[in-house]
Amino acid sequence: MNATNRNEILALRRAILEIDVNNHPGVMSHVVGLFSRRAFNVEGILCMPVGGGSHSRIWLLVNEDGRLAQLIRQLEKLEDVQTVRRHGANHAVFERLEDFFKA
Amino acid sequence: MTETLTGAQITVRLLERQGIRTITGIPGGAILPIYDALSASSRIRHVLARHEQGAGFMAQGMARVSGQPAVCLASSGPGATNLLTALADAKLDSIPLVAITGQVPRAMIGTDAFQEVDTYGLSVPVTKHNFLASSADELLEIIPRAFRIAASGRPGPVLVDIPKDVQNQAIDIAEWPAPGCPDPVPAVAPGPIAEAAALINAAARPILYLGGGVIHSGAAGTALQLAEQASLPTVMTLMGLGALPVDHPLSLGMLGMHAARYTNLALDECDLLIAVGARFDDRATGKVTHFCPQAKVIHIDIDPAELDKIKTARVGIAGDVAKVLAALLPAVRPTPRTAWLERVESLKARFPRRLTHLDNPLSHFGLIRCIAACLDDQAIIATDVGQHQMWVAQAYPLRRPRQWLTSGGLGTMGFGLPAAIGAALAEPERTVVCFTGDGSILMNIQELITAAEEKANIKVVLMDNASLGLVHQQQALFYGKRIYASRFHAAPDFAGLARACGIKAVDLDHHPNPCAGLLDAINARGPWLIHASIDANEMVYPMVPPGAANREMIGH
Repeated sequence: MNATNRNEILALRRAILEIDVNNHPGVMSHVVGLFSRRAFNVEGILCMPVGGGSHSRIWLLVNEDGRLAQLIRQLEKLEDVQTVRRHGANHAVFERLEDFFKA
Repeated sequence: MTETLTGAQITVRLLERQGIRTITGIPGGAILPIYDALSASSRIRHVLARHEQGAGFMAQGMARVSGQPAVCLASSGPGATNLLTALADAKLDSIPLVAITGQVPRAMIGTDAFQEVDTYGLSVPVTKHNFLASSADELLEIIPRAFRIAASGRPGPVLVDIPKDVQNQAIDIAEWPAPGCPDPVPAVAPGPIAEAAALINAAARPILYLGGGVIHSGAAGTALQLAEQASLPTVMTLMGLGALPVDHPLSLGMLGMHAARYTNLALDECDLLIAVGARFDDRATGKVTHFCPQAKVIHIDIDPAELDKIKTARVGIAGDVAKVLAALLPAVRPTPRTAWLERVESLKARFPRRLTHLDNPLSHFGLIRCIAACLDDQAIIATDVGQHQMWVAQAYPLRRPRQWLTSGGLGTMGFGLPAAIGAALAEPERTVVCFTGDGSILMNIQELITAAEEKANIKVVLMDNASLGLVHQQQALFYGKRIYASRFHAAPDFAGLARACGIKAVDLDHHPNPCAGLLDAINARGPWLIHASIDANEMVYPMVPPGAANREMIGH
């Protein structure tokens, strides 16, 4: 992501979701499936175990459109999702990764 | 006392402990250990379906009449894929199911083994939750949890996929987990209750809008009390039918695409819509920007994600509707609301529901009413999907919750017959009528044999128009009368087919006394097929054209 791209991203109005989940093999498909079957593009995904490994944290970079509030409510209904926090597009988590995504 | 049991035996024991007494399913290689364990159970009876989709819908029939989670079994691969439609149907209608599928042994997962399919992945979007068991030990947690999830909050289907080696794995068990029970319903916050009551008390033209959630939460009695106390004209969704007796003076029947004109016109005039356990489905609302255009909305639903999903609520209350309505009652002022009720009556008089040919049992409405006249409110009424379903929804005097079993959200043709068998299995003392069409029944006709084997007390009323009636209707109305792929040019002799499956049958078409023929079939215990031909050019009227506002109804 170079500077121009970042401006484009901000122009498109992105949001970042921080999702705490139970850590098991099916969780990612439950979470990203909610987005894909609504034709809602997920621009970036990060996932790592936290604590002792029984839980994971998923970071999603998504477009901010009118459907996002409904998607967050659907996420909160998933059995394996504990909490969903919503951040603005300027959150550091994806910004610091930019170095790894240079063409 | 420590016992050594296999995963299969543990599964069966947990189902027994859960109170399950009837299971539907079809065995196959990957689930044979569970079937072997089931053969040793003296508490659970297995009903052998003829197709896994049939097994899924039979379980739905049991769950819909009882309100309790019901269980179906299937093997891996095609067994599991055949279940998916019944699971998707249960998801959309919020029906509690626990589906257990066999899977190839863990070591073979991902190898394209015989009858291997990614059941877990396939079932994610059509279940409320799903599990892939990775050890026998894990079943002790998963299975009670599956029942808890299926029955908690907004009910739904849960799938448990169990690899064959997990079914065969033996472990020592010293202690059994408690059966899975629904989570307690959340407490009702007083603030929104007061706000909702104030809106109701201040409204001049309120309407109560009851959905399937009222049935699921056992709130019909409380809803009726609220309607009477505040003089609220009441509409029901397809899933909500039976919440209020349809002949109650405050009932406006079903709303939406095939409502009576007066129902949709009253909604058009209301200034407050009190939505209870309903989700503003497009078949109910029509063009949603034109739905109840003058109304503030109170929306009560157990699922917080339903609030503000389609229509923004002035007051949204996430909670169990029975509890919320009970909290609302003391705050709602008794009101005669004479002017509004008179206005509704005048709409009823000017734009009535026209039920034609009620005295002719060989017409669609006449047949429905003739059957209703043979039965009391104890009967269970199931339908398939199509014109017959809408005619029954319009004309059958439904009067109690859980009397009515229909595929609402998914609209699955083939639902009716197996769902009716499931209802008869769960409540064998009742008569179960299944209204169906010639298109629908062919989609799960093999279950006639199951009905014969089980001697299920079902009466399959086949309204035969040799067509896919609703498709035919849409082509006639909206596609320039280009009738294409919706007429059947060949058809079985349905009465003969039923007899070949071991079911008694009566054909009303050439019967000297159709009413007497009907009465005999309904009064005789056991499965019957009642065949009656219907004119393919009959329409379900009135109708809101797809995408139009509900006030723009066509037909009488």
